Amino acid sequence: MVDGPTVVRAIEGAGFTHVVWIPDSHLGTWDGVLRVSPKIMQIRATREGEAVAVAAGLMLGGARPLVVVQCTGFFEAGDAVRNVVHDLGLPLKMIVGVRGWLARQRGKTGDNCPRFAEPLVRAWDIPAVWFDPTTRSPADCELALQMLATGSGSAAILWAE
Amino acid sequence: MMTHREALEVVAAHREDRVVIATMGSVAIWPQLSDTPLDFAYLPSSMGQAIPLGLGLALAKPGLGVVVLNGDGGLLMNLGCLVTLAQHDVPVTVVLIDNGLYEVTGGQPVVGAGRTDFAGLARAAGISRVFAFATAEAWRSGAKDVFAGTGPAFVSLKVAGEVGKPTPTAPRPMAEQIHRLRGAIGVSVT
Repeated sequence: MVDGPTVVRAIEGAGFTHVVWIPDSHLGTWDGVLRVSPKIMQIRATREGEAVAVAAGLMLGGARPLVVVQCTGFFEAGDAVRNVVHDLGLPLKMIVGVRGWLARQRGKTGDNCPRFAEPLVRAWDIPAVWFDPTTRSPADCELALQMLATGSGSAAILWAE
Repeated sequence: MMTHREALEVVAAHREDRVVIATMGSVAIWPQLSDTPLDFAYLPSSMGQAIPLGLGLALAKPGLGVVVLNGDGGLLMNLGCLVTLAQHDVPVTVVLIDNGLYEVTGGQPVVGAGRTDFAGLARAAGISRVFAFATAEAWRSGAKDVFAGTGPAFVSLKVAGEVGKPTPTAPRPMAEQIHRLRGAIGVSVT
């Protein structure tokens, strides 16, 4: 089981300098730990596309940001993602929370987010891996964040919610 | 009312060593006034993203001044960025070209053209240093105050709309612009 403090420690350990994000009911549980992190500056945005643009500016300036958003916002942020990844050629790193994934595994939701999240992330030519915090260990989390941070191009973790 | 070029000439006279991010119609004019590594023609751009991009740059390089030349149509696509900008004590100056038009798409009016109080929106978003100028003379007189303060600033300029202009192009490829900009602000990327 991976909880908020574990995730934030993994983000810190991977060398990210900023988290640009919009919390949802799952990702939002990381908020308290992020606020007090001595290594990470959290930046709240009003829309997911805006978060992507803030991250682009941070990357231009030499920082190493991580964008954390729910898939619903990723859906609307498509043009910002296209612009940063493919026009500016910047290595955008994201955690995309996939709403309803865990409930869907139990057959308990009609939420169609799980159906569209992975295809749409891949549609922008962004390599993605899944991470289920209910079945994976803290060490797995550290490794996933390390791999996300150290890859040369854009990449995403699809975070099962 | 002032011309777009007059509006940008005042920026050029006051920008000093700030990064200037130009978007949309300003990309056609700004390179004629300044073409240094600190000038970033954000084209092609995702509309509405230049202000947050400027914010990110300023956060990554504390003390670096950033000017964003933004159109009214682009700002309307991302009004929330004013609220985000207001949360940070960064030297980012937004210069809004309020010409009431989507100039690069042929001059169609933006929603609320001529009626939207952009300075009022910026003030209500929490930006404390907000200015508005309707003539070139007033802008020339007031620019010193706009660029003298600290923290985010927003200046709304009433600019005469021009239709029939060709779609602007950036003076050099994006990868080259990024390389030049990073070199100028001391960023090495491994």
